Amino acid sequence: MTMDFATVLAQWPMFLKGLALTAMLTAIATPLGVALGVACAWMRLNAGPVPRFVVSAYVEVFRNTPFIIQLFFLFFGLPSLGLRLSPETASILAMTLNLGAYACEQVRAGIQATPRGQIEAAQSLAMDRWQIFTRVVLPPSLGRVWPALTGQIILVMLGSAVCSQISTEEISYAANLISSRTFRSFEAYIVVTLIYLGLAIMLRQLLNWLGPRFVFGRRR
Amino acid sequence: MVEFSFWDIARHLLLALRWTVGLSLIAFACGSVLALALLVLRLSKLPGAIRAVACYVQVFQGTPLLMQLFLIYFGLAMLGVDTSPLLAASVCLTLYASAYLCDIWRGCVESVPKGQWEASASLALSFGEQLRHVILPQAMRLGVAPTAGFMVQIIKGTALTSVIGFVEVTKAGQLIANATFEPFLIYGCVALMYFALCFPLSLWSQRLERRLRPAS
Repeated sequence: MTMDFATVLAQWPMFLKGLALTAMLTAIATPLGVALGVACAWMRLNAGPVPRFVVSAYVEVFRNTPFIIQLFFLFFGLPSLGLRLSPETASILAMTLNLGAYACEQVRAGIQATPRGQIEAAQSLAMDRWQIFTRVVLPPSLGRVWPALTGQIILVMLGSAVCSQISTEEISYAANLISSRTFRSFEAYIVVTLIYLGLAIMLRQLLNWLGPRFVFGRRR
Repeated sequence: MVEFSFWDIARHLLLALRWTVGLSLIAFACGSVLALALLVLRLSKLPGAIRAVACYVQVFQGTPLLMQLFLIYFGLAMLGVDTSPLLAASVCLTLYASAYLCDIWRGCVESVPKGQWEASASLALSFGEQLRHVILPQAMRLGVAPTAGFMVQIIKGTALTSVIGFVEVTKAGQLIANATFEPFLIYGCVALMYFALCFPLSLWSQRLERRLRPAS
């Protein structure tokens, strides 16, 4: 058993290109997914029974089926309804819908933990429902669930590896390609796995830094 | 071109579903045993054990399951083991499950009040006796709900073993979709089967969690 990392690492431009696409998929799907989650959480708590049922059904379906099936359904299944998506669009859509379902439950838990008095105080200041939600209820709720949300965003980033199966050319696609070109499968996957590990650690740091400053921090 | 009726499709998918269930049970059973061993190692306060276990958990939680599968599939072959997709999938999902379960159960053990450790130590119980008679019974009560929730993740994780050629329900769906050109129907059915497996577990987990909350 000999390892040959040099052959694999010589293909570094491909790793880099894949890395860029993985970063891009995550960077687009994360804000969209969190926004979708917040919207769904609001609907589950405030909308009428029919939209509430629709949102719960969406959340439960996406939380209880594998990501790969969601991806296949969007990419292979939708064209028979006349909706053809590019691999990248299908990947972003699947990641967004997946994150949205998990974020909905987490944000909802955060919102439900809001002390009643804060809403009453906001009402006594004559704020309307929209102002109360966006300025009083939502920011601290996001702050409460930020660690869980961060974990979920990282899981979605790692899950994007599966997008290689519909030929989205992200970093695990690069690994597949390099392994079939150089026959150094193990080494190629080791390199990419380590890149993912680095990405996961960095993404956690980034979100820990970003959250208090831009998402739920005090606005002046 | 083979003609498939709806019942042919359903029958083939249901037959493949046995492998999804089987693999999930293998991963859960073996993963639990390994997770318990890792947890005991971590609690034993042996030098370096805490860091080693934390490292193990971080590696499996910080990398995609898909990459772990490929690594183990090709890694076992490099070590000269005659791998089958079933073996690679079982090993990989066992390791994956053990890392997550170890982390979940550690949280449960840590939420047992420290006084319980001290009280049992003052009764001259050994480390093993402390764990077995005092700590684990209390931690287990807390652990049931998140463990049930994680079983859902294991079942969903088995879907990825299709990429290394293990024929469970996702792979079967892919094969049938390629033969019948009806991906919408087939992936819909496959999704429904996963849902039928996972949703009751999710509900059960949520119910357990709700029941425990007032107690804590």
